[in-house]
Amino acid sequence: MKVSTMAEFMAKGEQPEVLFWVGCAGSFDQRAQKITKAFATILDKAGVRYAILGKEEACTGDPARRAGNEFMFQMMAYQNIQILNGYEIKKIVTTCPHCFNTLKNEYPALGGNYDVIHHTSFLQELIEQGKIKFTDSNEWKGKSITYHDSCYLGRANEIYEAPRKVLESLDMELREMKRCKSKGLCCGAGGAQMFKEEEKGDKRINTERADEAIETKADFVASACPFCNTMMTDGIKNRDEEVKTEVLDIAEIIAKAIQ
Amino acid sequence: MALIAELLFGLITVAAFFLFGKNLFAIRRNILIGKEINLSDQPSRRWKNVLLLALGQKKMFRNPLVAVLHIIVYVGFIIINIELLEIIVDGILGTHRAFASYLGSCYNFVINSFEILAALVFIACVIFFSRRNIIRLKRFISKDLNGWPRSDANAILITEIVLMSLFLIMNAADPASDFVISSHIKPLLKSFSEAQLNIIEQTAWWIHILGIYAFMNYLPYSKHLHIILAFPNAYFASLLPKGEMHNMVSIQNEVLYAMQPELAPTDAAAPEKFGARDVMDLSWKNLMDAYSCTECGRCSTACPANSTGKLLSPRKIMMSTRDRLEEVGKNFNKHKQFVEDGKSLLHDYISVEELRACTTCNACVEECPVSISPLDIIIELRRSLIMEESNAPSEWNGMFSNIENNFAPWKFSPDDRDAWTTQS
Repeated sequence: MKVSTMAEFMAKGEQPEVLFWVGCAGSFDQRAQKITKAFATILDKAGVRYAILGKEEACTGDPARRAGNEFMFQMMAYQNIQILNGYEIKKIVTTCPHCFNTLKNEYPALGGNYDVIHHTSFLQELIEQGKIKFTDSNEWKGKSITYHDSCYLGRANEIYEAPRKVLESLDMELREMKRCKSKGLCCGAGGAQMFKEEEKGDKRINTERADEAIETKADFVASACPFCNTMMTDGIKNRDEEVKTEVLDIAEIIAKAIQ
Repeated sequence: MALIAELLFGLITVAAFFLFGKNLFAIRRNILIGKEINLSDQPSRRWKNVLLLALGQKKMFRNPLVAVLHIIVYVGFIIINIELLEIIVDGILGTHRAFASYLGSCYNFVINSFEILAALVFIACVIFFSRRNIIRLKRFISKDLNGWPRSDANAILITEIVLMSLFLIMNAADPASDFVISSHIKPLLKSFSEAQLNIIEQTAWWIHILGIYAFMNYLPYSKHLHIILAFPNAYFASLLPKGEMHNMVSIQNEVLYAMQPELAPTDAAAPEKFGARDVMDLSWKNLMDAYSCTECGRCSTACPANSTGKLLSPRKIMMSTRDRLEEVGKNFNKHKQFVEDGKSLLHDYISVEELRACTTCNACVEECPVSISPLDIIIELRRSLIMEESNAPSEWNGMFSNIENNFAPWKFSPDDRDAWTTQS
């Protein structure tokens, strides 16, 4: 697919409406790449003029900071802010709640001030503005789904409604897990846990969460974070041999229903 | 005889308040061992937190039944203590129900309300006691509370139950009284003569007031200090989004000066300690958090690591911080300054394994009814582990070097970052 970079926009002397911050998972992880492509497809179809940084994008530093490595975080933040400010970026949309949180809450203190929006809120806006239209017989209608709150979207930034509103706009039946919204249980990936083996215990955190998702007997599990997606997919795979409940990102669900 | 009693009572009252004040100052001194942090911005939002979180106990209502019981104990505790004023006046002046003549018919109404509250507090405390000891809720039988903390919690509940009983018995034994609850206790005291009743009333009166003074002076040593500290702790609670970590300006500047040496000042400051190794490296708010913790365990129940059997327990993080701070405080008292004792919060009180289990999910922060952030302490200790000790699991070291060399936590070539655009 044709995706323009900021450098290309700059060369033409133009500014996009929004910068799509793809993130490391969205760029490199095979599963998350599908989410990235789904979201890019939606942006194209909704007629949003967007750009990516491409090879100029780098890790926000979130996992390093949360592991305790402030030096590495500050190094990454410095480089990213230099590039973002260089391109005079005003608005950023991202499919990763960790990138979202860092760009939105932690870069301002370092001189990076942008209007940062998570893709679930962005999708909700596009739907409300009528820029996204669903096919009459969208395949999700009447299907049940349970939404897993990402900690960095939910508790960290109090975004609970946008992803749910998006799912409801597809006439899906939303089933809540035992613990949801501000009580939502973590998938186990945050705080740089994604990049190390879990400490010893009785049960893996993603198994615990997968059990709660399976308990709802929903047809699908929705996520809004590439890390949650990996953890939930693995958790369900380990638990649910027969019923293969699919874990899908909100963007993938929308992309399949869009005209 | 009466004069001696009045004098004795006056002395005990002065001593009780003096000791209590002294202990509170000692706690204040300990809290101020922590590093300075400015938390006085946006006063209107802060007062709102005091009203909603401390006074209104908003977080308690995540479980409405428990919230109602807790409100009863709390309101009962405060309101019945108004009666304490009369008790103190009576004790010092040798009067009997000194306020009765001033309040007239209102007096009966006031005491009746106190009695109803006392009965409700009694019931609520019995329920709380059975939740801990008979129903044995998971968060109360956790190993976090082994030893003194469990006795502490039970001692408080038993004291409350006894105090409320004494208040009602005292009223029942007063021959002239006719109050709504204690009148039902009167039949039990029927067989006693008036002189005996007088002794019972006096005894109940004395044990009640001495019990309250004892309770007051027990507070500074107990988890129950939250009845005072919940208020300042709500006021000074972080107003940042929960996902935002405290910025380390020293490192921000160090990176800036490395990238743009022309900006570096000639008198570069001496390098400070990174993160927290001990309580004095934490902020005073972290330390006030430790004294505010009532060890209810809602944080640990919500913690994904704790609930799947990992060593980490956010409640234990707070208890360890308070224990270490008490120790450091004693060290200060003894030597007039802190003398190295070969121990630290990190390693001696909180282990690496505990810190490594945290997913920074903020569930503990969200749950805490008294605005504590165990996460803040965990992060500061993690910073010390990584930046002072280079103590990281090998996978994290790999992640760090990937970020440094490939600008992503995985080993992919940065040139492939936009490869997804050309894949089908």
